[in-house]
Amino acid sequence: MSVRVLLPNAFQKHTNNVREIASTAANLPELVNEIEGRFPALRPHLRGEDGQIRRFINFYVNEEDIRFLGNEKYSFQDGDEVLVIPSIAGGSC
Amino acid sequence: MSTYELRCRECGRTYGVQPLSVCEECFSPLEVAYDLEYARTRFTRERISEGPASMWRYRALLPVAEDYLPQTPSGFTPLVAAPRLAGRIGARNLYIKNDAVCMPTLSFKDRVVAVALANAQAFGFDTVGCSSTGNLANAVAAHAARLGLKTYILVPADLEPAKILNTQVYGATLVRVEGNYDHVNRLSTQIADRYNWGFVNVNLRPYYAEGSKTVGFEIAEQLGWRLPDNVVVPMAGGSLITKIRKAFKELVALGLVADKSVRFFGAQATGCSPIAKAVKNGTDVIEPQRPHTIARSLAIGNPADGIYAARAIRETGGWAEDVSDVEIVSAIQELAETEGIFTETAGGVTTAVTARLYAHGRIQPDELTVTCITGNGLKTTDVLHGAYDQSQAIRPRLADFENFVEEHTAVEAFSLSDR
Repeated sequence: MSVRVLLPNAFQKHTNNVREIASTAANLPELVNEIEGRFPALRPHLRGEDGQIRRFINFYVNEEDIRFLGNEKYSFQDGDEVLVIPSIAGGSC
Repeated sequence: MSTYELRCRECGRTYGVQPLSVCEECFSPLEVAYDLEYARTRFTRERISEGPASMWRYRALLPVAEDYLPQTPSGFTPLVAAPRLAGRIGARNLYIKNDAVCMPTLSFKDRVVAVALANAQAFGFDTVGCSSTGNLANAVAAHAARLGLKTYILVPADLEPAKILNTQVYGATLVRVEGNYDHVNRLSTQIADRYNWGFVNVNLRPYYAEGSKTVGFEIAEQLGWRLPDNVVVPMAGGSLITKIRKAFKELVALGLVADKSVRFFGAQATGCSPIAKAVKNGTDVIEPQRPHTIARSLAIGNPADGIYAARAIRETGGWAEDVSDVEIVSAIQELAETEGIFTETAGGVTTAVTARLYAHGRIQPDELTVTCITGNGLKTTDVLHGAYDQSQAIRPRLADFENFVEEHTAVEAFSLSDR
């Protein structure tokens, strides 16, 4: 089983310009661990001092916010496309 | 050296002046910060009063070059007393900030786009874009036409026809996207990563958001350089409410108004109320929602500035409310009937929420309260479809007219006795 993970430009400074990885992670916590394992320089930027993923970072699975799918409980399916967006674009109102 | 720079809202790291919206260190949003000491000599009541009758009279606290020549006189919309609406909802000191007549596209988005596209030009972009629930699309299309910029504008496929037409007429390239605003928005973020364009709500976002401050500057100036007790603001992404607060803080810091605690109240539609829900639950955590409301221009289920909006409300002792679609339509009608202001659905939300805040005693009748109307009703007439009977045509004869008046008077008397 493999999922495709798309990383944003904002990460690339910390990922040696890698924009996309394939992962066999079963769920979001595993995926984050895998990303951190692969790009140790990213870890302090990905997590706050409390060890939690920073709140402005969003994860999407096949166009859907992962929080609608159960968030950490969601089990990745083979072929899922996971999109990481550091800070969602803003409306102005 | 510039008189302003980008600064991370969380970790404080600075980034100079460049098209960037996300901190490389903590991935939090960036905001424009000013050299207020420098502004002190340039942002004075006298200099402002000598400026144009537009938002550009406040340019010393907007992120544009000092020699920037504005192309469109957006902003400086009326602040009007609203005694008749006040009488209906139990208020005695109510004002409306009326951006339904903001130039050139009849919503407050003209303010933010004016600043965003000034920066797009300064950064050398020849193409600009945005994701939009409609009003922003209209504004970007119109301003870009005036500046000779190419445009790609992404909107939800099922957007109101008027808002689509009001974008296409300016020659913009409109991309209808299957899904809601949050889907469109996410795609825009990816596009901005890939193409070297100026996306007003992505890489130009810190500059664009600053345009919202002019609503706050104008409220203070139009009240005779004083701050109100309360402000009621519609919330979609949650930015406007925080920027009005920022404007008031800057005015206090520079001594243009006396310091005063202003309470901020946020308005949402129940069908998309992630920020109001967080405020009511007393939390900073914004749970995203799947929007389902006629207030399309507020239908952002994952509000980028939601946390800051909730914080502004809580820190100032304000509150947030959300209202149903039925209440939204009634409030549109009530505002039009009492004050002659025809607003779109977002203004219906704000007006209905304002009424509820008085009804629940969260705002006291004599407090000076400003409610912000941000868009024009001509863009969302579909929500009033079927609301009014089309009367039978009369022949061009005085007798027919007299009959009409007689019947009409009888109907009115009946409906009055019915109340």
